[in-house]
Amino acid sequence: MREQQTVILDGNEAVASVAYRLAQVITIYPITPSSTMAEWSDQWKEEGKRNIWGTIPVVAEMQSEGGAAGAMHGALQAGATSTTFTASQGLLLMIPNMYKIAGELTSNVIHVTARAVATHALSIFGDQSDVMACRTTGYAMLASDSVQEAADLALIAHISTMGSRVPFLHFFDGFRTSHEINKALAISDETILDLLNETRVLAHRERALTSDHPILRGSAQNPDVFFQAREACNPYYLACPTIVQDAMDRFAGLTGRAYHLFDYIGAPDAERVIILMGSGAGAVEETIRHLNAQGEKLGLLKVRLYRPFAADAFLAALPATVKSIAVLDRTKEPGALGEPLYQDVVTSFSESFSNGDSRFARQPRIIGGRYGLSSKEFTPAMVKGVYDELKKAHPKNHFTIGIDDDVTHTSLAYDPEFSTEDPRTVRALFYGLGSDGTVGANKNSIKIIGSETPNYAQGYFVYDSKKSGSVTTSHLRFGPDPILSTYLISKANFVACHQFQFLERMDILAAADQGAVFLLNTPYGPDEIWNHLPKKTQETILKKKIKFYVIDGYTVARTAGMGNRINTIMQTCFFAISGVLPREEAIEQIKKAIKKTYGKRGDAVVQQNFAAVDAAIANLHEVKVPQTATASFDILPMLPLEAPTFVRDVLGMMAAGKGDLIPVSALPAGGTFPTGTAQWEKRNIAQMIPVWDEQLCIQCGKCVMVCPHAVIRAKVYDSALLPNAPATFKSAKPKWKNMDSELYTLQVAPEDCTGCTLCVEICPVKSKSEAKHKAINMEMQAPLREAEVQNWNFFEALPSVDRNRLSHTQVKDIQLLDPLFEFSGACAGCGETPYLKLLTQLFGDRLYIANATGCSSIYGGNLPTTPYTKNKSGRGPTWSNSLFEDNAEFGMGMRLALDQQKGYAESLLGRLAPIVGDELVTSILGADQSKESGIEAQRERVLALRTKIAGAETAEARALQTVADSLVRKSVWIIGGDGWAYDIGFGGLDHVLGSGQNVKVLVLDTETYSNTGGQMSKATPRGAVAKFAEGGKPNAKKDLAMEAVAYGSVYVARVAMGGSDMQTVKAFQEAEAYNGPALIIAYSHCIAHGYDLSYGMEQQKNAVLSGYWPLMRYNPALRAEGKNPFQLDSKAPSIALKEYSYHEARYTMLARSRPEVAKKLLLEAQDDVEREWRVYSGRAAMPGRAASPNIAPPEPEGKVAPLGAGRS
Amino acid sequence: MVDLSTAYLGLKLKSPLVVSSSPLTESPETIQRLEEAGAAAVVLPSIFEEQLTLESDALDRDLNRGTESFAESLSYFPEYEDYRQGQDAYLSQIQRAKSACSIPVLASLNGITARGWVRFAKEIEQAGADALELNTYSLATNASETSAIIEKELVQLVRQVKAATEIPVAVKLSPQYTSIPNLAMELDHAGADALVLFNRFYQPDFDLENLDVSPKLTLSRPEELLLRLHWVAILYGDVHADLAVTGGVHSGQDVLKSVMAGAQVAMTASSLLSRGISHLAAIQADLVRWMEEHEYESIRQMRGSLSRRAVPDPSAFERGNYIKTLSSFTLRQASSQA
Repeated sequence: MREQQTVILDGNEAVASVAYRLAQVITIYPITPSSTMAEWSDQWKEEGKRNIWGTIPVVAEMQSEGGAAGAMHGALQAGATSTTFTASQGLLLMIPNMYKIAGELTSNVIHVTARAVATHALSIFGDQSDVMACRTTGYAMLASDSVQEAADLALIAHISTMGSRVPFLHFFDGFRTSHEINKALAISDETILDLLNETRVLAHRERALTSDHPILRGSAQNPDVFFQAREACNPYYLACPTIVQDAMDRFAGLTGRAYHLFDYIGAPDAERVIILMGSGAGAVEETIRHLNAQGEKLGLLKVRLYRPFAADAFLAALPATVKSIAVLDRTKEPGALGEPLYQDVVTSFSESFSNGDSRFARQPRIIGGRYGLSSKEFTPAMVKGVYDELKKAHPKNHFTIGIDDDVTHTSLAYDPEFSTEDPRTVRALFYGLGSDGTVGANKNSIKIIGSETPNYAQGYFVYDSKKSGSVTTSHLRFGPDPILSTYLISKANFVACHQFQFLERMDILAAADQGAVFLLNTPYGPDEIWNHLPKKTQETILKKKIKFYVIDGYTVARTAGMGNRINTIMQTCFFAISGVLPREEAIEQIKKAIKKTYGKRGDAVVQQNFAAVDAAIANLHEVKVPQTATASFDILPMLPLEAPTFVRDVLGMMAAGKGDLIPVSALPAGGTFPTGTAQWEKRNIAQMIPVWDEQLCIQCGKCVMVCPHAVIRAKVYDSALLPNAPATFKSAKPKWKNMDSELYTLQVAPEDCTGCTLCVEICPVKSKSEAKHKAINMEMQAPLREAEVQNWNFFEALPSVDRNRLSHTQVKDIQLLDPLFEFSGACAGCGETPYLKLLTQLFGDRLYIANATGCSSIYGGNLPTTPYTKNKSGRGPTWSNSLFEDNAEFGMGMRLALDQQKGYAESLLGRLAPIVGDELVTSILGADQSKESGIEAQRERVLALRTKIAGAETAEARALQTVADSLVRKSVWIIGGDGWAYDIGFGGLDHVLGSGQNVKVLVLDTETYSNTGGQMSKATPRGAVAKFAEGGKPNAKKDLAMEAVAYGSVYVARVAMGGSDMQTVKAFQEAEAYNGPALIIAYSHCIAHGYDLSYGMEQQKNAVLSGYWPLMRYNPALRAEGKNPFQLDSKAPSIALKEYSYHEARYTMLARSRPEVAKKLLLEAQDDVEREWRVYSGRAAMPGRAASPNIAPPEPEGKVAPLGAGRS
Repeated sequence: MVDLSTAYLGLKLKSPLVVSSSPLTESPETIQRLEEAGAAAVVLPSIFEEQLTLESDALDRDLNRGTESFAESLSYFPEYEDYRQGQDAYLSQIQRAKSACSIPVLASLNGITARGWVRFAKEIEQAGADALELNTYSLATNASETSAIIEKELVQLVRQVKAATEIPVAVKLSPQYTSIPNLAMELDHAGADALVLFNRFYQPDFDLENLDVSPKLTLSRPEELLLRLHWVAILYGDVHADLAVTGGVHSGQDVLKSVMAGAQVAMTASSLLSRGISHLAAIQADLVRWMEEHEYESIRQMRGSLSRRAVPDPSAFERGNYIKTLSSFTLRQASSQA
């Protein structure tokens, strides 16, 4: 056995490291949680890392997982070894190719981070419903349970597929294994080479297509032979398990790590056995060890090779003494007799008994159950619950564990207090804020402890569902033995809270163990902190005898020049008081890690961090805890008591991090939720908020317009309402001609603001006596909070301005329209949300939204609370998300249904004319709804209609009641990002645009797959660095606008709010008005561009000034007027591209790292701008049809089509 | 044929014409052209420690922003193994400049911390610069900071850099010191090999339309030479360090005046930026023509000939010069009016 290097890594890196070395072609596409494997591959390729054959693999991003599978299939047919990485919906898109690859007996491995498949809701978290959907493809399926196993079995999958010709799906649980950091032994090139039978690789290559020895594969077969030919593969599947076991045995010989098709653990004479696969095995194994040591006889059978299911090996692996078995499936198959693994187990036993060759005296009782869907916790307490159930005379079958199913009563009871944590293991919990560096520092700490001490280390990180101000929880374990605990820490002996404000609404010490150490980052010193703790926190400290330390990390960070990065400070404090390492040694190691992590970013950052480490120790204080709890206040509920019942009781539980306790009955079957719930979740994440200067303000409305979170609102109202206002409520005389007798107020929602400062940056007014003072300015939130909350509540209660009094094409007027999209959890300063808000201000009361998966579906529809809301009449956007790839089609389906229902309603209306009355029927059918006033009038008519038919007891009248609202104009907007529109959904988008249907498409173009972490899309510009384009994207951004313009019948606009808000508004209005398909491509600045987003609008302006983002509108309706439909709304480039692009790290990081490449790409990108400008300005300069005669030869006299008739 | 050669910082120069730190000395190609046009040495653009710190901070912030916040997007950029730091580019600039020409190449450094000064000075030396010019200006905006402290820190800094490096070190000064001769003497004692008079700075300008303030640097004007002549003439002979004039040198006559005041070299950049590199050859031709017409044999011959200690009435550089100028101007005005 050769020496093996210890590494600290997560499951994704472990697997990618093996897969990369065994692949010649890697086809990739981002999908959580597998994206990291593709990112590693792309990075290694760029770094010139070689595979075991000494070449650098080709790593090719495709437009979808379907594309990745197709390209992989092609690469395999042409003789390369090829692999890919995916999960969930992505894996589902690969299924057609998987059938083909397996049917052709082609060696191949797909590595899958097993993840829930979207059903009633999308989930990015781990379960095995995706891999279970592939059972019928013919792929062998191999399951890994831990980081180490993921690396090991990845290799065994590659070796086995070469030996067996059966392709392999190697899977491990998403997040729990893919993202868990653990100590593992690396697999060396030598080990791979020793295991790999090169003859098999040659054979694979020889089976490839070649024109030198031509063959044909993939024929079409008729009923005469297809069946027989399909059966021809059987010997390969029969041989496969033996080949896998052989690979496992040889691997054991080389590494000492032994695996079997089925691995049994526990008492040799166990009577109760759990069977499962995946990461849950860790929790079960830990429980068995604990309980068997107390005299129990329990066992666990881990399934490794799930397909082909080797029944003989399975039965042989179980102890003959087994009396009852629980088969746990991490998936749900509604309507099935049981979940897949359960059925396989039952079948295996049943067949062995019916064959009469069973080694068991009698058939054990077998029950099946579901656990851990969507990364639901699976703990030793639950495991014990299952074993306890197995003891019963009549255990529950088809059970669930880990939830409270109070509807169909499937769930098993268990004692949540049961714990098997090893007392020698240090268990540390850290609560941080996204981007405060907590997670990164903890990852560093694991590396330090795992590599510099003999300890084993494990890290797992939990993030909440918001992109801005999100709470992160780090779960770290360190101990002398390998750590199997594949579940979150519930009894911590170290708890750190890196954000003082968390104490207001979170029970931070709930998971603290007796005698734990508590570290708090707080502006209050050791002598004053006690009086600032909520009562419950004080009581817990006293009850659990907690040792309490404080540090003012932010002051230390600012002094060290680190701004708000408290990571190394808090990390130093952890080492200083946890005792995991001697203090001096820890500091040395921290500094070493700092040098390694930040050294490449410049010495200054390293020095700042060093200074912070030294200052941390000096500012760390132990608190002398008083004898009694003295606080007069307590932890506040997450959502207020006055919220609607469902919001308060169900969403409130989720927001408080107690969603696990919600019973099945409380959740809507089918996944339907109310809108308008984000307003209840007051997150208070901004340290500073904007404050209005009513004297200086010119009421231009730009701050209202750009606010990504809709926290700045304006109203004009009757001055008679003012006397009831709170004392600090501000108002000014409105700067509208017809409103000058009323009052104007600009109000900020103080508890919803994210502090992004876009509003201050966009404000065009400066004080005449102090230039830095604008009409809106940032001030500390805490002293303002109470008064501003009152002001906000008063403001909210004021009536909205009558929409008919306002011009819907003027930014100044639009600011007074109610937004129906508010307080989203998007990134602070998000560039997408202002467009969505505008959309809802203009058309929100009649809006159907089909939303592609991505950022906009996450901040738009992620629980607990969501931002789409209703107006005072109860109308507002209705929203749904189908998939990533089909959103255009999904939206078109909505349109078709609405049109169909409208037609049906009109037909019913005609039939019910005797009841309704001819006059109303005629006015409804002939209504002009092109303007908002017309729509409102139609609503009135439909209301009258409903009243008239209310008493009619006919089937037709009842039917009309259900479809009557379709008589009022509805607007369907299809929304998504560039990943959808340019790549995965382009085929569908193109089809829908070409269909002529009256749907509107809004592409929020961030030029990258933002939601999955910044991977390249076809919208990524030349020269920008993105994941999968590590060396800078070598080719130009696709011009989606001109592709759509090519139809001639699609309204198309390119907009950038920061470039021209007027043009943006114009485009939205024209798109809505156009009776046909419309496409708006909206420049959306994004956190993935790498700069301070408070300058987002300035960057948008620069994009337009440089000509990089020309503003254009193509309105086919103009053709009917004889005009050129193509209008260019921005001027010729007035600044160099560099003056725009080099403000962003996505460009400058390349210039910093590979200056020559950056220079070349910049030159080419500048050329792209100029080339595009020539095309656009040329199109804009073309004469309209009225100005230029027909180009085709004139038709005979009298047959010339009139302008606009059939020629548009 | 007149002898234009001079020595500066222990380096033999073919003439006193040095191109000062400016965009002109950025690329090796331009340096070659400058050499062809007659430059005896070039000073490279300054490396600013503050800039490097800002860049390092910005890179760190830009790459960290939004990371480890959301389960699907734990980062937004690939992680590069290495970034070219500002100093890497600068050091390679020195190397490229050295290989592009045969005249001495002087590097220029503007630090903000003692650590930065010494570290970069060493790196610059290792990169092959013939000498180092310390661009020492720091803007005192803090009322509690006395001029004595500022001067003491400067002297200490020069001492540290001298101790850490072996190449000659010039110190480029600001004109805004209370006692320039005293400071010059202190620097002399600290080991400065030359003093360069004076630095020119960005000044804030006001944008009235946008109510904004933006830094602005204008090209030097010939009138600015007088201040330099004045102080070089005063220091000449009192310090061991070489003296150099920079700022306001636009013609051959300006060079002559600089040398006569006591400078080893006269540095120019603005004149070349506004009139092109070929203007350097014109300056040199003027210089030669004047020397030939006035039968000077060498530059050395005239150095310091109009310095304070060489003129009959040294008080001309003190109070008298001021009065004489005014009165002569008043007289001339009076006579023309008559």
